Amino acid sequence: MISRRDFLQVSMAASALVGASGFGNWSRLAAQQALTQEQLLQFDTFGNVSLIHVTDIHAQLKPIYFREPSMNIGVGANKGVVPHVTGAEFRRLYGIDDGSPSHYALSSGDFSALAREYGRVGGLDRVATVVNAIRADRPDALLLDGGDTWHGSYTCYHTEGQDMVNAMNGLKPDAMTFHWEFTLGSDRVAEIVKGLRFAALGQNIFDAEWDEPAELFPPYKFFERGGVKIAVIGQAFPYMPIANPGWMFPEYSFGIRDENMQAMVDEVRAQGAELVVCLSHNGFDVDKKMAGVVKGIDVILSGHTHDALPEPVLVGDTIIVASGSNGKFVSRVDLNVQNGRMMGFRHKLIPIFSDVIEPDAEMTALIDEQRAPYEAELKEVIGQTDSLLYRRGNFDGSWDNLICDALLSEREAEIALSPGVRWGPSLIPGQDITREDIWNVTSMTYGEAYRSEMSGEMLKIVLEDVADNIFNPDPYYQQGGDMVRTGGLGYRIDISKPQGERISDMTLLKTGEPIDPGRNYVIAGWASVNEGTEGPKIWDVVEAHIAKLGTVTVSDNDSVTVVGA
Amino acid sequence: MDFTRREALAIGGAAALSFVLPLRANAAVDDLIAEFTGGADIGDSGVELTAPEIAENGNTVPIEVSAPGASAIMVLAAGNPTPPVATFNFGPLAASQTASTRIRLAGTQDVIAIAKLEDGSFARSAKTVKVTIGGCGG
Repeated sequence: MISRRDFLQVSMAASALVGASGFGNWSRLAAQQALTQEQLLQFDTFGNVSLIHVTDIHAQLKPIYFREPSMNIGVGANKGVVPHVTGAEFRRLYGIDDGSPSHYALSSGDFSALAREYGRVGGLDRVATVVNAIRADRPDALLLDGGDTWHGSYTCYHTEGQDMVNAMNGLKPDAMTFHWEFTLGSDRVAEIVKGLRFAALGQNIFDAEWDEPAELFPPYKFFERGGVKIAVIGQAFPYMPIANPGWMFPEYSFGIRDENMQAMVDEVRAQGAELVVCLSHNGFDVDKKMAGVVKGIDVILSGHTHDALPEPVLVGDTIIVASGSNGKFVSRVDLNVQNGRMMGFRHKLIPIFSDVIEPDAEMTALIDEQRAPYEAELKEVIGQTDSLLYRRGNFDGSWDNLICDALLSEREAEIALSPGVRWGPSLIPGQDITREDIWNVTSMTYGEAYRSEMSGEMLKIVLEDVADNIFNPDPYYQQGGDMVRTGGLGYRIDISKPQGERISDMTLLKTGEPIDPGRNYVIAGWASVNEGTEGPKIWDVVEAHIAKLGTVTVSDNDSVTVVGA
Repeated sequence: MDFTRREALAIGGAAALSFVLPLRANAAVDDLIAEFTGGADIGDSGVELTAPEIAENGNTVPIEVSAPGASAIMVLAAGNPTPPVATFNFGPLAASQTASTRIRLAGTQDVIAIAKLEDGSFARSAKTVKVTIGGCGG
């Protein structure tokens, strides 16, 4: 008699095999010549249920470059384990050859060269091709969108998310959950959600006044697929009113609410759910912890922290699937569900190589239709870059170095602060920088670039606070994202220390002098969560800066010293 | 780029915030607990405290306490200048021994619930509630 656990172990190995056939087996040149759509989509249909997961698209309708991080520090129990493994170490862990397509898609290192070889990734018309191919194998596959969909581009901003709603309608998802969507403001979110053709789920979206489940967002929805009764439970980003401006959606309260998650799992099981899927925007480490606390979830489709993992992570009997960001990946998870139990799975993280996967013509037309009114503005070339511009990294990325430089010079500040968000595609050396590119890394509904004074003491408190939101050893106290980026300011951080003791050696780079707690400094920043923040829009600040420079060269930022990792 | 006095005054980011580091437990907390329990030993099962991990608004943090069969539950905000929040007393006819309210927290600190259970013993539950500046999302 094979126990359920054994079945999971066995199929875990099977999944690894699929992973191996999908990843890392091609030599560099062979790959370039022979990488085909068929290979990328190859999958032996398994069991009786298929799930398709996309998440954190951040309004990227067109193919882009996207460099994965080279630094992604894990703390506490998550130190040194995925997704906190990067670069060459990541490739060794999964047996990925250097220079292979999987190297390029999944890890950092040699990025600019590989980008030239393998081309752009993503594009919702390519995603549509993949989704359609999976549906050809399994017509009743469930397509689930983990959120951060209606945010992150010029057209998304100007249409208040309508471009993404229209495009996703073309993809026909079955359900989604939320994060940045709420920064459109609660009225606009309600307007869209009321007309949505699929379920808008969130067991942790509550009415702020009464602390009761919000009517507009049901906790779960049942689907009958392959003869299996499936419950999909939504989990929105828990810390929206803290990480984003709560005043834009004051009617709602969030939180992890794992006790309510357990209640919902028990409720759907009692109603006969044979498979329980959690569509989550918790972030990977929070999902891992939640999988250990809440009993009875079979699959967590994990979003928010933008991790792309070629194999699911197993916590007890729960599998956690992480599907990357910016339209770069689609996950397919086939499940064998028998007598109300998940008996095994087969999984593949499908990288969307945009030169290999044929665009779906209908979706291309739909995307072009959304962009047409803005095409002239989008395409305008503002400058060129000599450097690789990317965002991901715990403490800095070259895009943010450039943004901080823009703030320092355009806003005449001593110190610049830029939020540690993880969205925003990359540009490779030699590329034009268009207005669209600038908006891709700055677009938001609260993009005012403020200028104010802050004491050295307050500056330290801010850094300590943000650092604890990332490096608190308990994932439930982490908000995802990365450290606030600094311009004009150097510091040392000891990850292993508690809040209040991590930051030291703060230095004003312009003079080399230590930051004086009692002195006020002129600070420029953007993306303040405070209501009434004033200033020019950050994309205008960055555009003005790049236009003046003509060609951008960004040097490495070595102003942060990291210890204790 | 021109900068006006008005813009200089428009404080963004975290400048307007006054939260400081995690607050240490007020020394009076131990005394308050001892007074409530009469110095009896305190177990760790029998009372449940539900509170957010991170407060959305430190001025109004929803909490719930529940202790089946309890005759009283005391709630303390250990880091507040005045730690006692409330003591809920349940009569013998109470249908359930659950109470929820909203509390104000001066900063990151432990919220503590002590219940006097049916058999006269005491149980304790505590949860750290973080009050944070926040501001960056994935």
